[in-house]
Amino acid sequence: MLEITNLRASIGDKEILKGIDLTVNAGEVHAVMGPNGSGKSTLAQVLAGHPGYEVTAGEVLYDGRNLLEMDPEVRAQEGIFLAFQYPVEIPGVTNAYFLRSAYNEIRKAKGMTELDPLEFLDLMDEKTKIVEMDQAMMNRSVNTGFSGGEKKRNEILQMAVLEPRLAILDETDSGLDIDALKTVAKGVNALRRPDNATIIVTHYQRLLNYIVPDRVHVLAQGRIAKSGGKELALELEERGYDWVTEDAA
Amino acid sequence: MNEVVESLLHVAASMGIDPGNPPTPMEAYRQNFDTLESSASREPAWLRDLRSGAMMRAESQGFPSMKNEDWHFTNVAPIAERIFDLPRAGAPVSAEVLTRLAYGQDWHTVVFVNGRHDAGASSGTLPRGVMVESLAGAIENDAGLIERHFSKLISAESATFSDLNTAFAHDGAVIRISADIVVDKPIHLLFISDPAAEGAAVHVRNLIFAERHSGCTIIESYVDVGADLYFTNAVTEVYVAEGARLSHYKLQTESTSAFHVGTIQAHQARSSRYESFSFATGAKLSRTNVYTTLAGDGAEVVMNGLYMVDGAQHVDHQTRIEHVAPNCPSHELYKGILDGRSHGVFNGKVYVHPEAQKTDGKQSNNNLLLSDQARVDTKPQLEIFADDVKCTHGATVGRLDETALFYMRSRGIGMLEARRLLTYAFAADVLEKIELDGLKEALEAQVLERFTG
Repeated sequence: MLEITNLRASIGDKEILKGIDLTVNAGEVHAVMGPNGSGKSTLAQVLAGHPGYEVTAGEVLYDGRNLLEMDPEVRAQEGIFLAFQYPVEIPGVTNAYFLRSAYNEIRKAKGMTELDPLEFLDLMDEKTKIVEMDQAMMNRSVNTGFSGGEKKRNEILQMAVLEPRLAILDETDSGLDIDALKTVAKGVNALRRPDNATIIVTHYQRLLNYIVPDRVHVLAQGRIAKSGGKELALELEERGYDWVTEDAA
Repeated sequence: MNEVVESLLHVAASMGIDPGNPPTPMEAYRQNFDTLESSASREPAWLRDLRSGAMMRAESQGFPSMKNEDWHFTNVAPIAERIFDLPRAGAPVSAEVLTRLAYGQDWHTVVFVNGRHDAGASSGTLPRGVMVESLAGAIENDAGLIERHFSKLISAESATFSDLNTAFAHDGAVIRISADIVVDKPIHLLFISDPAAEGAAVHVRNLIFAERHSGCTIIESYVDVGADLYFTNAVTEVYVAEGARLSHYKLQTESTSAFHVGTIQAHQARSSRYESFSFATGAKLSRTNVYTTLAGDGAEVVMNGLYMVDGAQHVDHQTRIEHVAPNCPSHELYKGILDGRSHGVFNGKVYVHPEAQKTDGKQSNNNLLLSDQARVDTKPQLEIFADDVKCTHGATVGRLDETALFYMRSRGIGMLEARRLLTYAFAADVLEKIELDGLKEALEAQVLERFTG
């Protein structure tokens, strides 16, 4: 589904990704771990098409097509979803309006008919249950004044509604208490299907107790320093990152 | 340039002046004034004296230059250097157009075309205790009331535009809400310029009296129906008596080739509440003044506004709140959205006089620039001469939040739609303050529409 080859990316003059190789197949869950500053979030943002990063080399194929040539909205319409580490507040736009716009844009791109507000309300009724979110949140401005947990839940709600083929969760566990973490994990697991894939970007192993990965990759200094099965995450939890990053250096 | 010279020659010729020596614009105002004066000889002497004095002041002061602190960011040369004709009578307005201009709302509507009251087009049966008359009618029928209040709020030394208005305005609306009367439906003053106003200056003057403990909503709209280049010069004097509550919306959606200068001057007695909202999207060059004097203990003013321009439009707002009496809250929020090569100006003055203890003043002006060429000059001003007050003010100028744009795009929302939504969101909180349903939705729709495609 996703083939990343020798991906290099910079912000300003600073090169952050220094040759990433990663392949993700349908039905798989990959965890990308690593210390702060290793480039995990940059990888997530580059895959979603953040205009602040410049890709200087390499290739990303998504279903065999050149992902890097697509605008961020096209990537989303093609089924890529990034759950933001810091979900953005948009005062003045309600959660319901925002999500319905996004949903309908994606349907339009697929040549499907748009849902009217009432039909969408029914869909929301079903989806808010997955993340145990109060429907009243839909009438508040997007993420505005939300607690950290509410923001992350809102990301997973968006994911539940947009039903991506490739979901990238960027530090979705950070700042969550254990109950919120379980809810978020439950939501993600409920959305797993044989034809979609998930990349979990995280610093800690904690979330991986609830969303079990097929592959774990350790990023260090802009490269994948080590890959392994789910047991690698546990080893990292125990031994820290130094042994991997030192090996890499 | 040729066009200007031609129109100068045309005016000069029509006035029997040697085309080799055309009049200056101010001389043309004088000639028009003399023409009107000789035909308006039925007016009472006090009014003729007032007009004549104002005309003379305008001639001696001339138009404000950018050296004038109040006009520092607005060059009025496009108005000052042009000769405007007297407006000709307009055509009747169709019911269909009126419905559209009233946003489909069932309001009491008072229609003026090219500055003249159109009784036939005006609609709605007014409840008891509400008097709505044309100024021309009121001068004939209620001269005493007009004499006591006309030009009493606009100071004698006021700017040339107001003086020209005093000299030339022969019509407008006079609204009087009797004590204790609360009017259910808004009163809509609709000022239309039609093709017969082309090239003309339209001066209108309104007087609003909200008597003790009355309540009313008034909408003052300035629009064009097929007119292109003309000059609207409007003055509205507002008296808000003790305990009265008045909501006053001014909507300026003139032709984008037109000029608009409008002044609202309110005077508030004890425990009154005056809520003003200025919505300005039209005109090539516009200046809106909203002034109030909090003269009585506990009077409250809310002043909000939204301006939204693009192309080469210039939109200027000046507000002034005079805290004369103690215990008065004043809350002000103006927002501006500027695209293209447009230029926005905001100058908000709050004066707290020595007696105005316990003043609670809050003022903000936020601007959103949608293009690199758009520009805004904002100048909030606070002058405090009392010691026990709470006053804040602030201004911001910013662009669309790139992070929010990316966030929306990452959810599948295209760039244009994302910009449109964020722009709308910027305006949402000030629109949210509009308490009149129907109008709020209409203006929200206009904002959304403006940024579609």
